[in-house]
Amino acid sequence: MNSTQNLSLGRINEGKLNQLDRQERYTLFGLTVPYLVLVFGLIILPIGWLFYMSFIGRDETLSLDNYRRIWESKAYLRIFKTTFQISILTTLLCAVLGYPLTYFMSQLSKKWANICLIGVLIPFWTSLLVRTYAWLVLLQKKGLINTLAVDWGFWSEPIKFVHNTSGTLIGMVHIMLPFLILPLYANMRTIDKDCLKAAANLGATPTRAFWTVFFPLSLPGLFAGLLIVFVLCLGFYVTPALLGGGKVIMVAMKISDNIELYYSWGAASALGVVLLVVTMIILFVASKLVPIDQVGSRS
Amino acid sequence: MPSDGLSISIKDITKTYGDFFALKDVSLEVKSGEFLTLLGPSGSGKTTLLMVLAGFTRPDYGSVKFGTEEVILKPPHLRDIGMVFQNYALFPHMNVEQNVGYPQKLRGVSKEKIKETVNNALKTVKLDGLGHRGVGELSGGQRQRVALARAIVFQPKILLMDEPLSALDKKLREEMQIELRQLHDSLNMTTVYVTHDQKEALTMSDRIAVINDGGLMQLDTPNVIYRSPNNAFIADFIGESSLLSVKVSKKTAYLGKAKILVEHSLEKDGDFSLVVRPEKLFLTNDKPVDINSFTGTVEESIYQGESQLLIIRLNPASHGDQLLRMRIPNGSAALSELPLIGSKVTVGLKKSDSYLVE
Repeated sequence: MNSTQNLSLGRINEGKLNQLDRQERYTLFGLTVPYLVLVFGLIILPIGWLFYMSFIGRDETLSLDNYRRIWESKAYLRIFKTTFQISILTTLLCAVLGYPLTYFMSQLSKKWANICLIGVLIPFWTSLLVRTYAWLVLLQKKGLINTLAVDWGFWSEPIKFVHNTSGTLIGMVHIMLPFLILPLYANMRTIDKDCLKAAANLGATPTRAFWTVFFPLSLPGLFAGLLIVFVLCLGFYVTPALLGGGKVIMVAMKISDNIELYYSWGAASALGVVLLVVTMIILFVASKLVPIDQVGSRS
Repeated sequence: MPSDGLSISIKDITKTYGDFFALKDVSLEVKSGEFLTLLGPSGSGKTTLLMVLAGFTRPDYGSVKFGTEEVILKPPHLRDIGMVFQNYALFPHMNVEQNVGYPQKLRGVSKEKIKETVNNALKTVKLDGLGHRGVGELSGGQRQRVALARAIVFQPKILLMDEPLSALDKKLREEMQIELRQLHDSLNMTTVYVTHDQKEALTMSDRIAVINDGGLMQLDTPNVIYRSPNNAFIADFIGESSLLSVKVSKKTAYLGKAKILVEHSLEKDGDFSLVVRPEKLFLTNDKPVDINSFTGTVEESIYQGESQLLIIRLNPASHGDQLLRMRIPNGSAALSELPLIGSKVTVGLKKSDSYLVE
């Protein structure tokens, strides 16, 4: 009976309740402000500056010179080819080595799985430089492995492990492995063990159950890991620089050369932009192949 | 899809985890085509026993035969039995049709035949037309039906179910109990059903095996188990009951000072419990023959919809200080003279409803 009157006055407490809603939203948004400032100052601005620089030619005027040189020069094409080859190989090797290990870990009890996980994490927390030099010590001509192997007669001449592609791969796979294992492990842990029991009960041999049930369910985690490893590989610098011995030249190293040797900020920026764009394209294509919300999420 | 169920013969199955006996020398026979329920509280070993049947748990020793064939050494995938898991264990990366067709595909059945049998199975569980749905788009009840269709599509001779209804709400659960029972009757598979819900067990089973502490306590029809439980644990666990301590001496039972009439013979002296089902009690004034009567004071009177629950404190002088629960069904004449809280009452229990357990 009072409805018309209530309407004219506004519904009871409506304004104040709405105000509380708004306040909560502002407070939540406030929490993101420091991050947004950082992103803007440390990512958006520098990348914008990078774009601008990439269009400055040697004569200090705006031009497409830098891009033209990348397009026309065979050396640059080779560098991109090497970068992709090394990245793809590293990613595949990580998958081949990491998947069985992660599967093993996912089948252990929580306690033993955590011990294994620490084994994965300790190298992950160790400095990249330290690990790369450690490989150098182990693998070089007069390193530990060659000395012992020659002494014990496994092979007569020292094998050249480092300062070439194999050295780069060994080092990169070692450093990238945790990036594959961690998302994959998180995913595998969420796979319902009863699903595998159900498969067995319905007549699937253990192998069949693995390929028809476990493997498909682990794919989101595997894709997430592969993508992270691949993208990180594309811009990798330290390990290929040290273990490749100058014979394996990847884009990041060329960028650094351009700046340190030739003081050519424009050429370096253009390379950076190309690398960034290529990476974005790969992420975009990957997101079309695998729903991106599955990548990095738990199943 | 009629198929003749296989009998199951379980002998001396024992499973230990360290010092803990999950199963202690359990032996029981499930008849061909029977609906047998393993009933027990959580941790009693009932699920372990089911997992032994399915082949997921390897016992320390013992024998399991399906029909005449020993299967204890067979891996799960060769046992050829259907199973419905507690959380359904549907494959989330397959739609309904693929889930139900999975066992058929493994058995190398032709595509047309798979389609036909899958459709039949879905029809049986009343899910026809939902074959292309993703598992994630289904309600709990529908998932339960998919799991069931997947377990029966290959016409196994034995069907195992591990608390399949526990995740459903009460109303749906009660509907499904009837439906599962009807399904069992039409398919004629030997069914072993695990539950901790005594009412579910009473509703669905041909026979109930009560399991506690890893051992078989009683195996009988619901009627016998309810009327004459083997021991106080079963009397307490199955149905609602008040257990009154009685003493037996010289083949006569006494509740405090009052003599208790029982139908069965009393072989030995000692402490026993009188099992009193609340619905078997009635208000009375006189003391006719063949009726045990108790006097006490009404402590609580609770309206519970279909019935009125009275909690009566027995007269400490004559019966010892014990509580008795009594139910008066809603709509019965006795409700019109419902005793008030604090009033003295006399309640009767027929001799034929009086049963002692150790």
